[in-house]
Amino acid sequence: MPRRDDLETILILGSGPIVIGQACEFDYSGTQAVRALQEEGYRVVLVNSNPATIMTDPDLADRTYIEPITAEWVEKVIEREKPDALLPTMGGQTALNVAMDLFRSGVLEKHGIELIGANERSIEMAEDREQFTEAMNRIGLKVPHGGFVRTLDEAMSIVEEVGYPAIVRPSYTLGGTGGGIAYNRKEYKAQIQKGLDASPITEVLVDRSVIGWKEYELEVVRDGIDNVIIVCSIENFDPMGVHTGDSITVAPAQTLTDVEYQEMRDAAIEIIREIGVEAGGCNIQFAVNPEDGEMLVVEMNPRVSRSSALASKATGFPIARVGAKLAVGYHLYELPNDITKTTPASFEPVLDYVVVKLPRFAFEKFPEVDDTLGVQMKSVGETMAIGRTFRSAWQKGFRGLEVGRHGWVTSERPEDDGLQEEEVEGMQPLLAALRRPTPHRPFQLKRALEADIAVEEIFDATMIDPWFLDQLEQILMWERRYADASEVTPELLRYMKREGFADRQLAELRGETEAEVRARRWDWDIRPTYNVVDTCAGEFPAATPYYYSSYEDESESEPSDRSKIIILGSGPNRIGQGIEFDYCCVQAVLALKEAGFETIMINSNPETVSTDFDVSDKLYFEPLTLEDVAEIIHLEQPEGVIVQLGGQTPLKLARALEDLGAKILGTSVDAIDRAEDRDRFDEVCQKIGARTPDNGIARSEDEARAVAADIGFPVLVRPSYVLGGRAMRIIYDEPALERYFEEAVRASPDHPVLIDSFLEDAFEADVDAICDGTDVVIGGIMQHIENAGVHSGDSACVLPPYLLAPEALDEIRDLTRKFALELQVVGLINVQYAIKDGAVYVLEVNPRASRTVPFVSKATGVPLARLAARVMAGEKLADLDVPEEPPVPGVAVKEAAFPFNRFDVDTLLGPEMRSTGEVMGFDDSFGMAFAKAQLSAGNRLPEAGQLIVTVNEQDRQTVTPLIRRFQDLGFEILATRGTQGSMQALGLSSRLVYKVGEGRPNIEDHIVTGDIALLINTPLGKKSRFDDYAMRRAAITHGVPYLTTMSATSAACDALIALRSREREVCSIQERIESLAEPVSSD
Amino acid sequence: MIGAGKLTFGEVVFNTCMSGYQEVLTDPSYTGQLVTMTYPLIGNYGVNSNDCESPRPQVSGFVVREASRTYSSWRAESSLDEYLRNSGITGIADVDTRALTRHIRAHGAMRGAIAPVEMLQADVLSKVLDQPLMEGLDLACGVSVNEPYEVPAIGDEQFHVLAYDFGVKAHSPKLLAERGCRVTVIPAETSVDDILNDPPDGLFVSNGPGDPAAVRGAERAILGLAESDVPIFGICLGHQLISRAFGASTFKLPFGHHGGNHPVKYLDRQTVEITSQNHGFAVRGGEGDKIPGAPGLRLTHVNLYDGTVEGVEHQELPVLSVQYHPEAAPGPHDSRYLFDRFIELMRERSRQK
Repeated sequence: MPRRDDLETILILGSGPIVIGQACEFDYSGTQAVRALQEEGYRVVLVNSNPATIMTDPDLADRTYIEPITAEWVEKVIEREKPDALLPTMGGQTALNVAMDLFRSGVLEKHGIELIGANERSIEMAEDREQFTEAMNRIGLKVPHGGFVRTLDEAMSIVEEVGYPAIVRPSYTLGGTGGGIAYNRKEYKAQIQKGLDASPITEVLVDRSVIGWKEYELEVVRDGIDNVIIVCSIENFDPMGVHTGDSITVAPAQTLTDVEYQEMRDAAIEIIREIGVEAGGCNIQFAVNPEDGEMLVVEMNPRVSRSSALASKATGFPIARVGAKLAVGYHLYELPNDITKTTPASFEPVLDYVVVKLPRFAFEKFPEVDDTLGVQMKSVGETMAIGRTFRSAWQKGFRGLEVGRHGWVTSERPEDDGLQEEEVEGMQPLLAALRRPTPHRPFQLKRALEADIAVEEIFDATMIDPWFLDQLEQILMWERRYADASEVTPELLRYMKREGFADRQLAELRGETEAEVRARRWDWDIRPTYNVVDTCAGEFPAATPYYYSSYEDESESEPSDRSKIIILGSGPNRIGQGIEFDYCCVQAVLALKEAGFETIMINSNPETVSTDFDVSDKLYFEPLTLEDVAEIIHLEQPEGVIVQLGGQTPLKLARALEDLGAKILGTSVDAIDRAEDRDRFDEVCQKIGARTPDNGIARSEDEARAVAADIGFPVLVRPSYVLGGRAMRIIYDEPALERYFEEAVRASPDHPVLIDSFLEDAFEADVDAICDGTDVVIGGIMQHIENAGVHSGDSACVLPPYLLAPEALDEIRDLTRKFALELQVVGLINVQYAIKDGAVYVLEVNPRASRTVPFVSKATGVPLARLAARVMAGEKLADLDVPEEPPVPGVAVKEAAFPFNRFDVDTLLGPEMRSTGEVMGFDDSFGMAFAKAQLSAGNRLPEAGQLIVTVNEQDRQTVTPLIRRFQDLGFEILATRGTQGSMQALGLSSRLVYKVGEGRPNIEDHIVTGDIALLINTPLGKKSRFDDYAMRRAAITHGVPYLTTMSATSAACDALIALRSREREVCSIQERIESLAEPVSSD
Repeated sequence: MIGAGKLTFGEVVFNTCMSGYQEVLTDPSYTGQLVTMTYPLIGNYGVNSNDCESPRPQVSGFVVREASRTYSSWRAESSLDEYLRNSGITGIADVDTRALTRHIRAHGAMRGAIAPVEMLQADVLSKVLDQPLMEGLDLACGVSVNEPYEVPAIGDEQFHVLAYDFGVKAHSPKLLAERGCRVTVIPAETSVDDILNDPPDGLFVSNGPGDPAAVRGAERAILGLAESDVPIFGICLGHQLISRAFGASTFKLPFGHHGGNHPVKYLDRQTVEITSQNHGFAVRGGEGDKIPGAPGLRLTHVNLYDGTVEGVEHQELPVLSVQYHPEAAPGPHDSRYLFDRFIELMRERSRQK
């Protein structure tokens, strides 16, 4: 047996919260790894601080630690679990870095732990750019020339050789954080400084610019006896200069001759051998000069990555799963190809389709951020499309992206395509716009082609390969032919569908409605076919039902005669809709499988577990649009469709699907409308006697002014039907309201704006519950740590609540039950409350899965989404053996993770959600749970040093006792004049520190110098809300921990005290859940 | 239709390579076949004069899902369509090649035609049925050179190799030349006595189309040289001829192996090579490393997809051969060590002499 029998327990590290550059692809890979190793009989111990992951489901690993992924805390897990090996390659850069920390500090050696998959030597060689360059030189491969610098002087001398533009890449950072392109001396100096600050070892690499070169990636897998295979080749549509995570990418490579491809393949094999990845996967990036084919090695990641997740979905070859098995000794040929089941994994997948990945951005949440794409990744998610041709995959990709386009279509308004009015007029302005890569570029390309600008000109401006540009030109050509055709014949319609056009696109081309086109198409029986992703281009039969749509001659998807349920996923990750919903969908699939249904998953997000073809009985990798989903429903004829687990994406389709005759399982479409429609919702509230903040609806600016005047400022405004607080603002006066109203209407043209009285200084609480129509189970009541006004997704929260009166909690429970029953909810419901002066107000009711479902499930051990799925499928809560309100074995704190280190934006929290992910701290006390949550979210908690406090007048009273506690903990207190005075009056003395403009050294000087341990700053009233912006940005840039609310300050104080006084312990969630079943012990 | 637009017949096979269509087109082993590419987009990087495996396209016809109307590569000299048209090769685009592939997978490689749309289906079908089956067809001699030619050694000449041409791909002599061999490529019909009377340092037996059972002559030359300890290396058809010479039998595979991703296990080392494959016939295997009928041979390489024989070596004589294509083009370079092995055998023999 090649399986290593000398190992018993294996430790796997996850990647922590979802952040830009490290998203749910590591849940996918980690989940596969856990399952793969358990299958082999190993005891698997997992550490991941992210509760929204499927991998942290208590049913999965033998021991799951939702604890900070830092060397200190992982060592505690090691001490308890005594693993024999650590698999560091499944949790992204986070896991690799922590594994290396543990190696360097001798912890691994002390406990006799072996790194498997990739060892310390190869990790170091791949990660350290200097060593990597040497390694490449040894095997005769070239890297973009340049050098490593640690000072500005060194940087200035190296740029003499490299020339401008120069690429600056900080060493050891994630997703290119702190990197950039400098086109001149001034930019270069700034970029070097930023890069040196971002690098944990104060080192940056200055690269020769290969901007505009063709960019390729190979996914490589190697086993312990040196068998190497290339799983997938990827060609970037956007050439070098745009981070691959932000690039549109295509698989397989489209424009390489076999001679060039084999040269690249040979290089990849040499590289993995030289770096010495012993058993597992790696990703290698190449740049190729379009002029003469010169090939450079850009970088290598000795671990699974975003690209390897994409490659796995694109080919059907599960890289992480195979990698985990190789790490424990298997050889490639001993493992089966999971798709064919009859052939081995030692082969190279071949595709007979084209895969297009499109990045999804969130600049609408950060309007002040520069949306130029460069070497630092900025996208928050992605969608993948599979088609028989590039053009059909391209169109499908834009449907899946969910940015309001139903294919590759331009917007009526130039500004929606990132253009000024004058830029669409002439060729030169348009070409100038195209030179700057932004998320709008695909649409600008279409405008350029529509303006009949030649492919050569566009190539010169963008360096996008002419082959791709010609493909786009062909799409346009067919659009024109269709629009100009004297009549639409069945042949023409069929051809257009084969080309990848959506019904809605075709409708618009000829001034029809989508329904008309659909009716005609159905009439002519022009329906999609479904082909299989089979790893072998049809050479062998596939056992795994993994499909994509096409309009070919034969369909391979044969519906079974079992009872089926379709689960709609959540599409590309974005802020406000991410992994939490994928968790819910996967849980539903598992529960419904258990209940005997055939489960059919539809989703287009390649990063997710839900699109692992091992999860559901059948997977359709398709966009979540009405047309794409309706066709699958037509083919499969399921018992019903679940729309309430995937966030807004599927929910938005519910009514139209129902109108087409689909059965929506669980809560009715009408009930969803009663909760979403403000007037109908008010009726519901009145009927059950729920208090709501004064509110009104405005369909015009005049109405808005009237409503606001009526209920009084401040008001909370938002468009209806949005997730993640999109365009939600707290408005303090009428001019601000006027400015806002225009934006909001643009954000959601079909829906009016809701205006609520804003409850200042209220507490907020969130409830997740399940209802079966008769009974209600309260999953958990979470109290927000931030005051009202901070979006629930951005606010830290604690379960169980720690500052709410029992009466308020009872009222919350009662109201939640009433809402669930009144709306006849079948499935999940989430209700948000504000508590002010003892009174409970209802803020919103969402009859669907919420972002907090996984958090509550991990904290209580009760799988809410699974239960909800069973209920939707017709079972009763009474039969499912679930407590009416599950107890929490400890205190669980959820904290949000923000992209502030990437985006130059204000860090103040508000009603618009801006966090990308979350972590959970779980312990016996609030202080320690909060401390763990902060550490996991990457917020350091300083234990001593100088503390600067500068708060607004209304907080000065509150802050004084808090600062006294910090003083007692040994902090030295510095305060600005006003704050100092107020505190002095209350008997707390502090040193004066200048504000910017008052004298030197001022606060910023202190922050930059690095002698400040903690900054406490609340905005000085609405007018000066942005005055302290620079100070908070400086804190982010220089890594100074900061607190911006009194409640967070108080919680941080609790955390510090806990860290000082309590034993730092880790505990698996399995043990916590078990402890509930046991009689209370004395400790 | 693309290319010449004529009526053309052949055995329909599919190839799963995602790149390398030009090498496929010019591989003489595809003589008499209508080659379907499973990768849907063909022609993206055009055609150039360096990537030919023989002077012209050899396929009987070419079937693709989409022929790119443009091409992009710094190496390209013309488009695929132009190339086919100039070479008189007929192709067809817009075919659901996956459906066609699945059909062949289910029913085996079969005779077919690409016909102009104005022809009646029934007429075409009856003409197709009139075409000979691949079994028993000697196509190899037909594609061989008429006159011998020489490929000079690159660097110092160390060995002289005769290369039996049954449809040799340009890469085989090239890789030998790179390893210090002067290669004389000889016609399939070369007199066996001439060969035996002036034995080379090594004999290379090339790939080629058709049924090995129909190829005569070569077997005697192989045995004759082998008996005098001349190292022999065969590829594809050459491997089949060598195996047959030592008593093995060959048979037709249902739909052959045509692609660049087949895993082959090298039993001596327990390692896996990703190989380039193109064959419709195979050597019959037996139990363990035995080759039925050929007690002198032992199995060295096996296909991990279907367990078929991929390579043999003689137990005593310096003879080795593989079913797949270590010269690649198109396909991975994992198996080029076999050329080194052949050189080693020649070196050993020259030391012994």
